[in-house]
Amino acid sequence: MSFSKPSVLPGFGLTFGFTTFFLSAIVLLPLAALVLAAASMHWKDFLDVVLSARALGSYKLSFGASLLAASINLVFGFILAWTLVRYEFPGRKIIDALIDMPFALPTAVSGIALTTVFAQNGWIGRYLEPLGIKVAYTWLGVTLALTLISMPFAVRAVQPALLEVQRELEDAAETLGAGRLYVFRRIILPTVLPALLTGFTLAFARAVGEYGSVIFIAGNLPMKTEITPLLIVIHLEEFDYKGAAALGVVMLAISFVMLLTINLLQAWGRRRHVRVAR
Amino acid sequence: MAAALPHGTLAGDTTRRPGQHTWMHALVRWMFISVSLTFLAAVLLAPLATVFAMAFAKGVSAYLHVFSDPDTLAAIRLTLITALVVVPTNTVFGLAAAWAIAKFEFRGKSILITLIDLPLAVSPVISGMVFVLLFGLHGWFGVWLQEHDISIVFALPGIMLATMFVTFPYVARELIPLMQQLGNDEEEAAITLGAGGWMTFFRVTLPKVRWGLVYGMILCNARAMGEFGAVSVVSGHIRGFTNTMPLHIEILYNEYNFVGAFAVASLLTLLALLTLVVKTLVERTGYRRR
Repeated sequence: MSFSKPSVLPGFGLTFGFTTFFLSAIVLLPLAALVLAAASMHWKDFLDVVLSARALGSYKLSFGASLLAASINLVFGFILAWTLVRYEFPGRKIIDALIDMPFALPTAVSGIALTTVFAQNGWIGRYLEPLGIKVAYTWLGVTLALTLISMPFAVRAVQPALLEVQRELEDAAETLGAGRLYVFRRIILPTVLPALLTGFTLAFARAVGEYGSVIFIAGNLPMKTEITPLLIVIHLEEFDYKGAAALGVVMLAISFVMLLTINLLQAWGRRRHVRVAR
Repeated sequence: MAAALPHGTLAGDTTRRPGQHTWMHALVRWMFISVSLTFLAAVLLAPLATVFAMAFAKGVSAYLHVFSDPDTLAAIRLTLITALVVVPTNTVFGLAAAWAIAKFEFRGKSILITLIDLPLAVSPVISGMVFVLLFGLHGWFGVWLQEHDISIVFALPGIMLATMFVTFPYVARELIPLMQQLGNDEEEAAITLGAGGWMTFFRVTLPKVRWGLVYGMILCNARAMGEFGAVSVVSGHIRGFTNTMPLHIEILYNEYNFVGAFAVASLLTLLALLTLVVKTLVERTGYRRR
């Protein structure tokens, strides 16, 4: 049995060869170098780096703020998606296009812009300051930056799922006397649940690795407002490549778990969808 | 958009539905729209407006003066050169990957697709760090490169490699599902009628996927020009030499040169807006992501 099925179309050898070569050269070999660099460490040195108080503090902030940002996007992502799918209002198309802005806007730009808006004398920060809420240079600012950059993932995951909700079912339920909240809980939520969770995971995965927008708004104080990617950069700047690689492997492992979760959630969503359609 | 909505779910449907409490619906609708708009205004529109407000805070001439600084011009040039190399390279890769994956059946295809998407799941810092580990002074090839007087890290090749890594999947992930969906019938007909492989590609496949290609390329370009984390790790921040626009923004900002930082940022914001406009126009042609 041959490796590929025969086809009348030419170019399999050329395109497959080029694809695997280029993928290996640009992505796989460099990532392998990272894993090898960490693997060449003595396990005790490895643990010393990844379990140091400073590293643990950075995980706490990176994961805590990312979870919070993904949760905020779970709520606001649903509200935004619902508004864009169900309601017609002036400017809806522009808003819909703007949702993707954080994808297109360089992270350094969102970083300095958010910091300026939420600084003590900024447009919004000046109203929060008297209330005792400090956003810039605190964990709150980190969460805010992560919320902005991961927002499109949540909205774009939920939008197509909301379009799939069968309005006839909602109407039927209401005719039979169900209230709006009951319809939401029993008809809308089950249909969009896989999409909501996928959006949550995508937003979380993006937020955990984010660097550019955060370093401007975070105070970057060790143990307090220092995210894990920044700690990696600090190790690199001190030419401690092994330490950087160790932390990098921890983050890479988390990315893999996230990727796996996303794939499983999407498979679940597809299975569910087929069952609902039947 | 309307064509894609199933089951007559047109937004703004004014027909009365059974059991519908009109005033309740109006209230809920008003709440959803106002919460959405307030959220977007706070986290998205205010920062966008701030970029331009800060850039022009000291007037138009101060704004324009930023672009007479040779370091700023060097940063713009470096960003353009990087994008000019990275976007076409990843486009060729995306076309090759899509042809191999969409036109042929082979074992391990889903693994290949997952591996192509891998850079999207990796932190930008790691994307840059891997090249430091390979080519940095204390890296795997560091000594060899130094002996041969080749610099990759803290130089243009490193910036290009890191950018290529980060934007690697953009064109491929757009083209693969599109070409799979369009099928092979027309290509097979062309080949059977005697067209060569390249002719089939340029005359049959390329016109079919052109909007997907444009879509992938503009998103790839936006990310390539705006990438910060990965490039920051490999660049070394040498003013006028290895400073891209996003890195230059950081330097100016940290020097409290806010007009300068936001003036450069305003260019990248305009690029992002332009990207969204082109993207929306491409979607209007009937080509849609999902």
